[in-house]
Parts: sequence; C-alpha cells; structure tokens
Amino acid sequence: MYGGGYVPAGAEELKAPAENPELLAQFEERIARGEKIEPRDWMPAAYRKQLIRMIEQHAHSEIIGALPEGTWITRAPGFRRKLALMAKVQDEVGHAQLLYSAAETLGKSREDMLNDLINGKSKYSNVFNYPAETWADVAVIGFLIDAAAIVNQVANSKGSYGPYCRALERICYEESFHLKQGHSVFVWLATGTSMQREMLQSALNRWWEPIMHFFGPSDTMSQHTETLMRWKVKMASNDVMRQQFLNMYVPKIWELGLSLPDPALRKDESTGQWLFTEPNWDTFFQVINGNGPCNRERLAVRKVAEERGAWVRAALRRADARYATPLA
Amino acid sequence: MPILSLDPRVNRLQAEEVPAHQPPVLIPGDHWPSYQVFHQRRRGEKHSSVGIVHAPSLEIAMAMAKEQFARRGETSNLWVVCTADVLEMDYADEEVFRTTPSKSYRDPAGYKVNDKIEAYKARQSNL
Repeated sequence: MYGGGYVPAGAEELKAPAENPELLAQFEERIARGEKIEPRDWMPAAYRKQLIRMIEQHAHSEIIGALPEGTWITRAPGFRRKLALMAKVQDEVGHAQLLYSAAETLGKSREDMLNDLINGKSKYSNVFNYPAETWADVAVIGFLIDAAAIVNQVANSKGSYGPYCRALERICYEESFHLKQGHSVFVWLATGTSMQREMLQSALNRWWEPIMHFFGPSDTMSQHTETLMRWKVKMASNDVMRQQFLNMYVPKIWELGLSLPDPALRKDESTGQWLFTEPNWDTFFQVINGNGPCNRERLAVRKVAEERGAWVRAALRRADARYATPLA
Repeated sequence: MPILSLDPRVNRLQAEEVPAHQPPVLIPGDHWPSYQVFHQRRRGEKHSSVGIVHAPSLEIAMAMAKEQFARRGETSNLWVVCTADVLEMDYADEEVFRTTPSKSYRDPAGYKVNDKIEAYKARQSNL
C-alpha cells in the first residue's frame, strides 16, 4: 500500500546547479523516446534528489503502513482472516525492502533513509498517522487505501526510472491481492449483522477525510511540476488520480447501501467529474508536520525496532563485509 | 512518559517519544551488504534477476531471498550473488553495440542464395 499525497520539494530546495546543456538534452531526449534511466546513467541533480525523496517516502509508507494493520493480526476474526492479514502485512514490509533498494541505487544508503524516517526529516503517507480502532478499519484500509495506492502506483510504474518501475511492477501485482482481500472483509461486514454494518459505517466516516487527503492538495501547475512531468517523475496530477479513485470506488461503496460523510459528493454526469467538499487541508499539513493522532507512536515503534534489534545485526555482521550499491 | 497506544503490544514496548534532535540510530554497514537475487520459476527456464536483499552472509541472503522473492507463485530455484562481486559494464559504453543489429554477416538472414539456385536451374534446363 502506499502513500500518495506525496508532497514534492519546493522549487527552491531543488534548485539545481547549472547542468551541462548537452547531457541534459540527451537525458530529456531519452525520456521523450520512452526509454528508462538506469542507476549509473548521467542524470540532473534535481532528478536524482526528487526521486530519492519520492521513493524513500514511498518505502517509509510501506513499513509504517504495516503498523496500523499489524495491530489486528492477533485479534483477526478467524484463522483464514489472520493468515491473509499476516500475508498482507508481510507484503508491505517486503515492498519497503524493494523500494529502499530502488532508492539505494541513487546513492542514499538504507541506514540513512531509516535515520531520516526516525528523526522526522523524511515523511511518509499521512493516512498511517491514524489509528485502526476496530476490525472494520482493517477493511477500510485494505480495500480503500490500497485501492488509492494502486491508482498512484500504476501511474508511477510508467515513470522514467528503471529500478523504481521494476519494483512497482512487482508491488502492483501483490497489491491486487490486498485489494481483493480488503474488499472481501469489507463486503462481509457490509452484508453482515446490523452491528457489523454500523462498525463499518463508522470506520468509513472516520477514514473518509484521510482518504480525500491521500492524493494531496490540487497541484499548482508551476514550472517545477511541469519539469517533473517532463522527466516522468510525476506521472499524473493529484486531482486526476483523485477523480480516478472516486470514479472507481464510490459506486462500490454506495452499492452496499453505505454512505459517505460528504453530502456534496456526486458525479456530474455532464462533465464526468466528481464534485465533493474540499477536505480540510490545514489538518493535512498539521498531520504531516507531526501532529496527527499516531505520528509519535509510529516513529517511537520504528526507533525501538532498530535499537532493540541492533545486537542481532551486530552479532551476524562479518568484519570483511563490504557494501556495494545495488545494481538494479 | 512511554507512548500510550490502542495496541497492547505497543504499550508493552514502553517506547519513549523520539526526541526533537534524534541522533542517527543506525551507522553505515548496520544493514549489511547487498546481494543480487536470481529466480528460476520452473525447471528448464532460465534464472532471471529479480532484485536485491541485504544480508550478513550468503546463507542468510538465501533465506531472505526465499522470503522476499518466493513467497507466492512458482519457484524451482534461486541464486544469490554478493553485489560487490559483480562487474557491471558502463551504460555509456552501450554505443559499441549500436551497429550489431546491422552486421548481417552474423545473421542467418544475411545469407540468401535462392535466386542463384533458381538462376542456375533455369540455365541448366535451357541447355
């Protein structure tokens, strides 16, 4: 599962040193031809920086995303649901590994990425700063957050950086299982007892705003965004992805007789666009900046995991081991 | 004050909030070197590169590779190779292969003699 709602660095932060115009032209021509960029190719500094930032955030979202759902493994209702949830949570951690490897090829070590996650310098998807209060939250996360993630990841898998695309291909394949199992839990609750339906409805009500936040605020079509799109780092605007998500999944919620807590939500049949109430974007930035309900818990748990596992890693480490940047 | 969570397992950790200026928790090398993983789906097919794992040794790299790249679908075999032991060609040298497809003398399609045979047969029958 992943975090959209990716907030790119400001234009200022990415201000690149003047690039060699000839190399830059070759680089851009390669991308325009639909060819992939590979790790040791020449690339503009801003391209490298933005990709590291994006892939790293994606990787963090995967391991942090495993936490709210992992909470319910011990309390899953039945053995099959427990097996499925364990498999899903393991996949998420596996996705983090794949993504950290892809980011490593750009020159940032996994240790540095995890340090920056723990010290708060690098972000992860906002949705994982909310708690999974009931089993119905697992249904909403597994169905709708994973669905939103797929919209985002399918778009990104057509990007220009080879290792990221290859990782996403594998990830998208596994996400389709997540979506199916999430939908299954969702449908079972929706068609179950009145208590189960109520539990699901209240989870939907709680998660709707974070889901609307998921793809991030409307992009301002700055020159900066235009460059990222030309370089195929950003593949679709936040609004386009949000529309795609609403179009595919709102009907699947409504067909079960459930409601969404936005009276303005409807499809305008003349334009094909969904109309909705803008979610509160101040809340979104508040949560990004550390003030969501679970930010502190997530980072504390991550830190403890690294600290208390240190002796195991040290015991296994060999003196002659040498690090090499992954090839692909 | 340890973090208070809805999850009893988190409460049992007695984890403290990460301080504002947290020094690095990991130092370079903590997560071990990387290994390239090659996966064979079925006997008779070729192994292909599927990604990497981090591990302290070949044996643990193999255990990690089984978990990471063989947990669903079919697998008949895996190889792991320490990344540092792989010599990679420079992509900038890609150009030297650019003329290869046009080297027709290396291709079966570069050898067409039917017209000669036909012409020879025609000459023979005219004799």
